[in-house]
Amino acid sequence: MAEPAQRPSVTKSPTGIEGFDHISLGGVPTGRTTLVSGSAGSAKTIFAAQFLAEGIRQYDQAGVFVTFEESAADIRANVSSLGWDVADWEAAGKWAFVDAAPQPGDEVVVSGAFDLGALVVRVEAAVRRTGAARVAIDSLGAVFSRFENEVIVRAELFRLASALKGMGVTSVMTAERTSEYGEISRHGVEEFVTDNVVILRNVLEGEKRRRTVEVLKFRGTIHQKGEYPFTIMPDQGIVVIPLSAIELDQRSSYTRISSGNAELDAMCGGGFFRDSVILVSGATGCGKTLTSTEFIGGGVDNGERSLLMAFEESRDQLSRNASGWGRDFDRYEREGLLKVVALYPESAGLEDHLIRIKREIDSFKPNRVAVDSLSALERVSSIKGFREFVISLTSFIKHQEIAGLFTATTNSLMGGESVTETHISTITDAIILLRYVEMFGEMKRGLTVLKMRGSAHDKEIRAFTIDGTGMHIGAAFRNVTGILAGHPRHVPSAEIERLDQLFRPEGPRGRD
Amino acid sequence: MTNHTGLTSTMSSTMGKYLLKLYITGRTPQGNRAIANLQRICQAELDGQYEMEVIDVIEDPQAAEDARIIATPTLIKALPPPLRRIIGDLSNKEKVLIGLDLSSPGDEEGHRRG
Repeated sequence: MAEPAQRPSVTKSPTGIEGFDHISLGGVPTGRTTLVSGSAGSAKTIFAAQFLAEGIRQYDQAGVFVTFEESAADIRANVSSLGWDVADWEAAGKWAFVDAAPQPGDEVVVSGAFDLGALVVRVEAAVRRTGAARVAIDSLGAVFSRFENEVIVRAELFRLASALKGMGVTSVMTAERTSEYGEISRHGVEEFVTDNVVILRNVLEGEKRRRTVEVLKFRGTIHQKGEYPFTIMPDQGIVVIPLSAIELDQRSSYTRISSGNAELDAMCGGGFFRDSVILVSGATGCGKTLTSTEFIGGGVDNGERSLLMAFEESRDQLSRNASGWGRDFDRYEREGLLKVVALYPESAGLEDHLIRIKREIDSFKPNRVAVDSLSALERVSSIKGFREFVISLTSFIKHQEIAGLFTATTNSLMGGESVTETHISTITDAIILLRYVEMFGEMKRGLTVLKMRGSAHDKEIRAFTIDGTGMHIGAAFRNVTGILAGHPRHVPSAEIERLDQLFRPEGPRGRD
Repeated sequence: MTNHTGLTSTMSSTMGKYLLKLYITGRTPQGNRAIANLQRICQAELDGQYEMEVIDVIEDPQAAEDARIIATPTLIKALPPPLRRIIGDLSNKEKVLIGLDLSSPGDEEGHRRG
């Protein structure tokens, strides 16, 4: 078989798998074989099948699926849950199976030397018949377990890889790994079959399963390094979440939007920026849900659309809360200005929640997104996974040039900081702290704008009250110190005056 | 999948007769060796009670597809049941006899479920 002339550089073919082409910087090397290696249950077969499915759906390229493990019938049935009608594509001549799975009940006896010539012939025939540009082979480990003679199998798989190269098809082969962080594949397949290796992992981390994909090597071409989380969505298949691949290239807007509370707007120097992400942190019952309700109300007052992703309370509870503060969620929803999506955090993995939120944003096209609360989502993930989730969500929201408001719950009633806050405070543009303040045997509430990127803001800790019309921010706690630390202490007036004198000559407050 | 009842009914007319199909990939030395070995074994052991068909999968890929052949040479004993596959150039006569159910089940080493 004639080898095609060596091209000066390696070109890539987009796989069409969402996010994967981003981290691989363009897809898998064209006309070559890429090894997809992973432990049991790491979604290798789905990757292989999706490589063909997306080829058909997005690029009108036919594909051949060579299966050594599951029968063609099993694969058709398994991927139908992902919304792919393989039988339909087969009828249209876009998908062909080479079913090399073991036959149940077959007795096989080996007598003397053999090769896998028939397999190569069948693959070639299927590629010719369909005019396929893509071939998926699943999985190599099953070939080794079928035939005792490893030497022959290695030589024959090498022959198959050369034949695929000769046909000019872009192919994906799957192989098994015994451990998540060890040798690339069982039987050392990668050494002789392919220059390109992608690893799929399914790691148990803090009792949670976390799927990641890593492009280990693409010979002669570049790719993003490291592991990227992915998830498997019904009706779509694998969706890779590209984190560090996301560029900080979103535009910044100077347009201000209302927080829904005139006093808070004033504290922020005239409202939030239109494409900023705001974190509201506070203890339970301190007014976080109220802040997000007013944020939504402020949008509705301006005819803007809001999406509320609720992970702590049901839609009805939220609606009841809102009506207690003079905000009518039912009416907002009727008018199409609000969509409430209430989900149990535990109902899905964090990656799935992320994609769900992105979908809702894509379909509802809101001007504002509120997530109440982010801390609830922290429960269902590892800290690393949670950080990645927030980074990805934040950058997505900013790319849409819409405003996002996240709430986070602190562990202690008085002071302290939330875990959420620790991990995401550098990512958000503005941070608003809500705190309980104990004074003379009474619980008061305090609010401060801790950070407001790109704007001057009020730095006082203000007292606020809540009534049937919402939040009312009043004067600063002039005579109290230690609120943020959780140990409010009353300071005599004389002392404050003295301190004021001390710092007065310092000039005007600068920008933050 | 082998349909045992179906095969039994067709078998009654060809009772005792062997139907053997040998799949090869081109006329390679390995393929020719398999043909020669099979002919020798059949003449010695089957006493004319056999039909032998050689299929070159390069000429007829669909036949390999239908029979789900991946390794060559592959000998399929289609009749009498049970259906058996013998892979290789058939140079190990003992294994071939086991595959053809012509050997007393003493040496079962060659049996593998596929």
